[in-house]
Amino acid sequence: MEYKPIRKVVSGNYAAAYAVKHARVEVVAAYPITPQTSIIEKIAEFLANGEIEGLEYVPVESEHSAMAACIGASATGARAFTATSAQGLALMHEMLHWAAGARLPIVMVDVNRAMAPPWSVWDDQTDSLAQRDTGWLQFYAENNQEVYDGVLMAFKIAETVNLPAMVVESAFILSHTYDVVEMIPQELVDEFLPPRKPLYTLTDFDNPVAVGALGGPNDYYEFRYKIAKAMEDAKKVIHEVGKEFGERFGRDYSQMIELYRTDDADFVFMGMGSLMGTVKQAVDVLRDEGYKVGAAKVRWFRPFPKEELYELAKSVEGIAVLDRNFSFGQEGILFNEAKGALYNTNAKPLMKNYIVGLGGRDFTVSDVRKIAENMKAIIEKGELDVEVDWYHLKR
Amino acid sequence: MNTLFGEKKEGATKIVLTRVDEYPEAPISLGTTLSNFTGDWRTFIPVVDDDKCVKCYICWKFCPEPAIYIREDGYVGIDYDYCKGCGICANECPTKAITMEKEEK
Repeated sequence: MEYKPIRKVVSGNYAAAYAVKHARVEVVAAYPITPQTSIIEKIAEFLANGEIEGLEYVPVESEHSAMAACIGASATGARAFTATSAQGLALMHEMLHWAAGARLPIVMVDVNRAMAPPWSVWDDQTDSLAQRDTGWLQFYAENNQEVYDGVLMAFKIAETVNLPAMVVESAFILSHTYDVVEMIPQELVDEFLPPRKPLYTLTDFDNPVAVGALGGPNDYYEFRYKIAKAMEDAKKVIHEVGKEFGERFGRDYSQMIELYRTDDADFVFMGMGSLMGTVKQAVDVLRDEGYKVGAAKVRWFRPFPKEELYELAKSVEGIAVLDRNFSFGQEGILFNEAKGALYNTNAKPLMKNYIVGLGGRDFTVSDVRKIAENMKAIIEKGELDVEVDWYHLKR
Repeated sequence: MNTLFGEKKEGATKIVLTRVDEYPEAPISLGTTLSNFTGDWRTFIPVVDDDKCVKCYICWKFCPEPAIYIREDGYVGIDYDYCKGCGICANECPTKAITMEKEEK
């Protein structure tokens, strides 16, 4: 069947809901929280209108229960999905470990929202990045199209390596903003994403298993190693699935770090999620003004694309890491990870951390220009002014 | 007489994994309790004195495992493959027919 995309104007949240429908998800358990609510509302609407079949929708009383229900569903062999934001994700934290530890390929959309207090519903990546050690794959979407594509790919990748996956989009900037999304006809999604083949199921009565069984000091260690290895293996799977997606549907996701005009760049801006759309636009403007700059969008934060980062770092003099998140007592989380990944290599570009856009503060093309001016100056001087720059601070 | 818990296991072997490749991909139970003898954790074992036993079966009701079964002759037997040595049976026995003794290993 020839691929003819179906173009719809949808919000990021609706893009996620459509992807869930097209992925033929069997169980959705979710609790509404702003700004995620419209994802599960749309799924419920599909179900009520009979537009979706074979889906069990479980209304639960909290996010902890939502993840617990997904874990149970996934352990029976079903394809399970949930969505949440900020405080809801934090409430799920314990269950996130259970999902990854039991090697259940649940897919979740987290709509990045700032952690309270102060109470906030706007964009900030600290909620999802705080879950980086739970064993979940993490994909950061730049736009509504990537939300849709990300969910479909996440299922395929998660079910190949048997780890859960999080698809992360920005509060309001994507979740509630409408844009054209090219959707894939159902038959072609079915070809790309066949039914799940679980490792084991609770409903295989000839081969009964207990999930999450006790593991003493003699066995626990080996199971941790297996998760670590699955994460490493995921890099190859991400590459293959991303490439296949590109060949079938024209949008290539084979690289874990998307490089934009970095070939001859003196320095690059590195970041994740929707702010990289602004950065790419700014790179075009800055290139016209004579700056040799590029953008490096980290698509997958877990597993961390060390090797691709190293290749990039070898060719540039500086990396401005834009973090819409912060780890108190240290620095921006992506900055911390990127710097750490390069420490034992011979690539030593000047790296500076710009803390931007926390709690939904606007981050615009002119902000990128100011950062470019600053980066240019420190590269010429050969040393950093400050390592972590609270860029927007009212001084 | 109910001997529901008195059936013995056949072909039961303990699974010991020595290499990481032998482990299952996910931490699922490696077989059922037919091969996983949960009784090997204990320090003390209950010993029943049939002369004092009045067949009230309070121990049988209270055993949380349940590792106490009712024998053909109506007295209680203890399945040491699964008894964790918690001592609840000895504590509950009204005639002090069950005593906890240090297990020789």
